[in-house]
Amino acid sequence: MEKAVPFTGQQRADHVLIAEMVKPGSRVLDVGCGDGALLKLLAEQKGVDGRGVELSREKVNLCVQSGLAVIQGDADHDLADYPDQAFDYAILSLTIQATRDPKTVLANLLRIGRHAIVSFPNFGHWRIRTQLLFTGRMPMTPNLPEPWFSTADAHLCTIKDFVDLVALVDAEVEDAVAFNSQGQRLPIKTSISLQNLLGEKAVFKLRGRLA
Amino acid sequence: MATFSAEPGGDSPSVKPTSGQRLFEVHSPSSSLIVFPEDAPLRLESGQLLAPLSIAYQTYGTLNADKSNAILICHALTGDQHVANVHPITGKSGWWETLVGPGKPVDTNRFFVICPNILGGCMGSTGPASLNPKTGKPYGVDFPVITIGDMVDAQVRLIDHLGIDVLFSVIGGSMGGMQVLEWVTRQKHRVATAIPIATAPWHSAQNIAFHEVGRQAVMADPDWRSGNYYEAGVVPKNGLAVARMAAHITYLSEKALQGKFGRNLQDRKARSFSFDADFKIESYLRHQGSTFVDRFDANSYLYITRAMDYFDLEGAYGGKLANAFAGTTAEICVVSFTSDWLYPTRDSKAIVKALNAVAANVSFVEIESDKGHDAFLLDEPEFHATARGFLSAAAAKRGLAQASEAR
Repeated sequence: MEKAVPFTGQQRADHVLIAEMVKPGSRVLDVGCGDGALLKLLAEQKGVDGRGVELSREKVNLCVQSGLAVIQGDADHDLADYPDQAFDYAILSLTIQATRDPKTVLANLLRIGRHAIVSFPNFGHWRIRTQLLFTGRMPMTPNLPEPWFSTADAHLCTIKDFVDLVALVDAEVEDAVAFNSQGQRLPIKTSISLQNLLGEKAVFKLRGRLA
Repeated sequence: MATFSAEPGGDSPSVKPTSGQRLFEVHSPSSSLIVFPEDAPLRLESGQLLAPLSIAYQTYGTLNADKSNAILICHALTGDQHVANVHPITGKSGWWETLVGPGKPVDTNRFFVICPNILGGCMGSTGPASLNPKTGKPYGVDFPVITIGDMVDAQVRLIDHLGIDVLFSVIGGSMGGMQVLEWVTRQKHRVATAIPIATAPWHSAQNIAFHEVGRQAVMADPDWRSGNYYEAGVVPKNGLAVARMAAHITYLSEKALQGKFGRNLQDRKARSFSFDADFKIESYLRHQGSTFVDRFDANSYLYITRAMDYFDLEGAYGGKLANAFAGTTAEICVVSFTSDWLYPTRDSKAIVKALNAVAANVSFVEIESDKGHDAFLLDEPEFHATARGFLSAAAAKRGLAQASEAR
């Protein structure tokens, strides 16, 4: 589920941007928490009360061994068990593209959290567009390293597509950041079309109708 | 540790026990003992009052000044208080010695570990082999039917007696896990962390069925004598051994049985064309059955299996398991094993789902193992790493000193 990230810093770029969007001391559910890096970052820097859900048994066990509250489960099936507004933030970092039903998953995030924060690889990035245009084959990039037949990514989207989905689930965009392969955020004034072209990944902070 | 040690004990006892030794432990346990007198009866779920009440228990490590480092270990069906020391009857090492001890995942250099013999047991806590104050004779089947909740209420008495307000952790597997769940729901504010292992929020029809086979085997033994075998100086050993054999199969996995025994013959090259124990598995089960009889009371087996059958946390909370956990503040780490078909992972997931439904602080790991239900008693490194990591992190969060600082 987790992708190789070209960002060379200590932390994953989207994690740093997500952490900036989270208020200190809040309650966070990280869906698809992987090895728990974001939960650790949020606990250390923001003092959050964090919980995680992760598909991989090995990663769950490592998380619990390191003292994180994580359960084995997946976004498609297990989010229904959580009550409304149980968390301040429900986070999905580089995971939505691997879910079977992104729309329902997003709706659940917006129900469980007062805010939802979603980061995802942008399939509208110019490198992907040019690969498809010139090779006529499904693109492979450092960001999307698996060939089409073995990738866990079931539902890749572009920034523009995601904005449409947000409207479809009746949510409001509170904040949105696109960033390049160096983890540098694109200038604030950049138009959505340009972000869609130049952003390798994006982080969206959303608010649903319940909140 | 041997691969097969289903519940306390294992193979080849180094001390040959006698029923006299076992009865000695019933009345004068070789561990700590607290007796609550006649005027402080325990009110049971059945409505009956039980007094006097004895609880035999072991402790390991040192209780710290603010009494914040206590861990309660709840034993399984045929376990007892001898979790990390040599067993007084069998002479074998403690049933959870791989998990509990100095430097072990449940580190007795850091934590104060308490393990009581459960209510209804036969190692010093009040049970059917104890003397009925009304008659001066062993209770037998006059002992009141008990529940898992009653066992926990008895443990609460002990924890109160020790002056402990909040337990740092309550840990147990199988029936011990049921007690952990009862602690979390009955004593919400007295449990900081909990580890229910290889357990379920209710006893399934299949589990009740296996228990009924065991009970019927005991009661069909003519030496059972309607439960009054103590005075006759006999024990229904054939019936109890059969009960143990049947139960033992449920503790293992098909793969483990096949891998360990297959169709191999025991001490012979050809079939004997008789009902001798030709096969290794037969010989193994017979051994398990006969050694069990030496250390366990048949009536205790009846009462404790009954208590497990009655366990239904969902039913007790209006048919909605989440209601049981409403207001739970404990950090809970649920553990299951992939090859456990007695308490399968889906049962643990039902607990996790209910805890999620109240936004409780829950972790859940499923450990890959081919050893079946018994895996929780064996040396499963991933399970032990989970317990160690979970407890260490929770202890650090609560400012509990490291082992080196504690001493």
